[in-house]
Amino acid sequence: MKEVNKSIPKKEGLGLSFGKPAYTDDLAPRDSLIVKVLRSPFAFARIKDIRTEAAEKLEGIKCVLTYRNVPRNIVTRAGQGYPEPSPHDKFIFDKYVRYIGDEVAAVAAENEAAALEALKLIEVDYEILEPVLDYEKAVDHPSVIHPEKEAHEMFPIGYKPERNIAAEYHMSFGDMEEALDKCEYVVTERYYTQAQNHTAMETHTSLAYVDLQGRLTIVSSTQTPFHARRIAAEALGLPIEQIRVIKPRIGGGYGGKQSLHGEFITALTALRTGRPAKLVYTREEVFEASYTRHPMRIDVTIGADRDANIKAIDMKVLSNTGAYGEHALTVFMVAGSKTLPLYNKAEAVSFGGTVVYTNTTPAGAFRGYGAIQGNFALESTIDILAENIGIDPMEFRTRNMIKEGESSPVFRIMGEGTEGVDMVMESCKLDYCMKRAMELSGWKDKSKRRRQNGKKIKGIGGAIAMQGSGIPCIDMGSAVLKLNDGGFFNLMIGATDIGTGSDTILAQIAAETLGVSTDKIAVYSSDTDLTPFDCGAYASSTTYVSGNAVQKAAMKMKAQIEAAAADRLGLLTEESEFDGEAIWAKDRSKSISLKELSTELYYSYKQKQLLVCGSYCGEISPPPFMAGFAEIEIDIETGKIDLVDYTAVVDCGVTINPKLALIQVEGGLVQGIGMTLYEDVKRTEEGRLLTNDFIKYKIPTRKEINKLTVEFAESYEPTGPHGAKSVGEIGIDTPPAAIANAIYNAVGVRFTKLPITPEDVLLALKKKAFDMD
Amino acid sequence: MAMDISFVVNGKRVNIYGNPTARLLDALRDYCGLTGVKEGCGEGECGACSVLVDGKLVNSCIYPIAKVEGKEVLTIEGFRGTEKYEVLKESFEAAGAVQCGFCSPGMLMAAESLLRENPKPDEVQVREAISGNLCRCTGYNTIVEAVLDASIRGEGLW
Repeated sequence: MKEVNKSIPKKEGLGLSFGKPAYTDDLAPRDSLIVKVLRSPFAFARIKDIRTEAAEKLEGIKCVLTYRNVPRNIVTRAGQGYPEPSPHDKFIFDKYVRYIGDEVAAVAAENEAAALEALKLIEVDYEILEPVLDYEKAVDHPSVIHPEKEAHEMFPIGYKPERNIAAEYHMSFGDMEEALDKCEYVVTERYYTQAQNHTAMETHTSLAYVDLQGRLTIVSSTQTPFHARRIAAEALGLPIEQIRVIKPRIGGGYGGKQSLHGEFITALTALRTGRPAKLVYTREEVFEASYTRHPMRIDVTIGADRDANIKAIDMKVLSNTGAYGEHALTVFMVAGSKTLPLYNKAEAVSFGGTVVYTNTTPAGAFRGYGAIQGNFALESTIDILAENIGIDPMEFRTRNMIKEGESSPVFRIMGEGTEGVDMVMESCKLDYCMKRAMELSGWKDKSKRRRQNGKKIKGIGGAIAMQGSGIPCIDMGSAVLKLNDGGFFNLMIGATDIGTGSDTILAQIAAETLGVSTDKIAVYSSDTDLTPFDCGAYASSTTYVSGNAVQKAAMKMKAQIEAAAADRLGLLTEESEFDGEAIWAKDRSKSISLKELSTELYYSYKQKQLLVCGSYCGEISPPPFMAGFAEIEIDIETGKIDLVDYTAVVDCGVTINPKLALIQVEGGLVQGIGMTLYEDVKRTEEGRLLTNDFIKYKIPTRKEINKLTVEFAESYEPTGPHGAKSVGEIGIDTPPAAIANAIYNAVGVRFTKLPITPEDVLLALKKKAFDMD
Repeated sequence: MAMDISFVVNGKRVNIYGNPTARLLDALRDYCGLTGVKEGCGEGECGACSVLVDGKLVNSCIYPIAKVEGKEVLTIEGFRGTEKYEVLKESFEAAGAVQCGFCSPGMLMAAESLLRENPKPDEVQVREAISGNLCRCTGYNTIVEAVLDASIRGEGLW
């Protein structure tokens, strides 16, 4: 391998650190109208009347949009494949507002001051309705959040809006009762995971303008340009051929930009006024009115026999999708489908539950996508069970976890909203990851010994995790490769680089396949007019799905080059061979350089363009695996938890670019650590968000993050491009359980609710001391 | 109430007739066209809008333009012509510290500010110095590594 498994710098890194105009707002024309959104002050209300005349008359106001003057087409903004597994329950604007922050109206003005002034002049009469704020009381609540007759599911997802149910699902195999009867040890525990905000540094931004041909162009900080085009056409009632979506550089996504935010409004403004229009979310709007992670209540029962073999796992989930059902079914299903296969020898497994609507900020896709919630519940319970059995929890895991060459019935039964696909783990180095992470973290020595130094006690804990590599049989990626004179290539990909470096690693995959160096590949991505289709950046799909498409395109290009050269050299096609520099007769009798051949192809000899397309839709979704170990130190006087070291050993197949893979894992770990220890979305009793800035919503800074030790297992996925699997999400999954297990190891207190704050620890320690007295 | 405000940005004199409470960030982005200055939060918490005013690191999103009257502002666009920038940039690139890149210009300005005051910082000092610049993509370690590397390779420059 020459060009992959190599840490070349990101192609655009230089320009970005230079501060070159690159992101949506940087690219907005200076005369863009400024769009601002009037948001609901009530958690649940019906708009009785709305008066916009005063706002419209204000100087500098060009357009005011309300439910009265926009198309009424119901969609889901989820940004998923089609047909969508999320309910269609969102209008551009509606008579109902369903959470504090929901869109009431929008204004477009010559400048921000006028736009803000106009918002104040819009008069709204609300009929305030009783909100549903407690998700454990949402089902059959007297208030129905989606009474509109248009709300519907595209295929059966258990949608019952009259009962505030956005989705429902159940599955099982084996005889649970019989399996549990045979178990010597059974543990049942209830867990709660909280909402979490993505807090990408670039806030959600959208710019729209009408081009010379009268077509609508939307430039957006989106993770899914092709889905955005389809959904925008649907919501606006516009023919899809009238829309082009361009994704420029993105300042972080993590799932938060998979869905559409603002695109409908800027598009309508541009269409109505003929002027470019931009909407840049404030940080407060991101907190209040974009998305959070789905909060969940998870009940887990695990049973093991006297020899510590796991026989039965039952998981029941109640998930809160907030005011709209984006990703309701799929995130909840992943809580099971990407955790349960870890312990694949269980004879009986059941999973099920309900996703409910509430009058809170909608939940949506967020890195980990249910797996982090399920992992916290499953991997905490594994530790409890191991203690009951009296076995080392890592030995317990190793005995029961999935291994290379094995499968799980869960893969076949559960997909994302649909049935899954059968697959055998052709690459699974989980056993190595576990062994190596134990060595690196010093588990054997540290876990057995009480380590107290004055008021500080250290503890260590671990967890294992898996994710996927794209959504098999649904999500497709494609790539176009074009040879230019002079012998370099354009790689056009729909794949969406949201800051991950996917443009770079896809160029590396093309280069490796062609045998050329990566600097011979110029990449252009994510423009619905100019690049081929790609589902977008979500579900850990880019490296595996788009990467396979690139590899296929490159193989075709290599064949075309060899055919053209054979013709030029007077050989049969099968007699020629491209080595990256030149095309040779296999007997080495003659050759022509690629540079020469390509220039002749365009100027002087049987002129033609070499252009190929490769597309790929996975038949399987090989999971990356990892073992994560947290070492923490608790101050028993203050309850403060310091993360001393986090060790992660990851099997993501071959790392196409080890440095970029490393940052994916480290960044995932830190977001997982943030969710475990710091990040919480808090509301008042009326449903008003309290944590709406970086002071009140605390994400880890450099000071909270000490040592991170990340290593990769040697692994090769035969179905992946040059042996690669995905790496984008796997890093986030283990911190909640690993840290909770480490806290238990240190002070003997089990936390089943996230986040775990110093106050929680202090209270628990006091209670424990009191109970012991 | 609008007033005349005159200051120097990246070596060039700028005269603005405007609201003295307007944010320096907007003056730099919208008036001067310096899009390397990013807005991440608008409340001085994330550091994406970091610039130097008379050599001191400030968050331009909470800095009224009246306060820059007669002062010199350095943004990433002005800093990038310097040898020190080259060293920092190479270190950031080598460490893989640029991910989505949105925090990078502010991060580089914070690093420059630290190295001006303390050309040989230790790891703790680096962590402390750039704890005001949030990054949601990386685990921060690559950024700390980059700044430490720059302080060694750029010895004598600061």
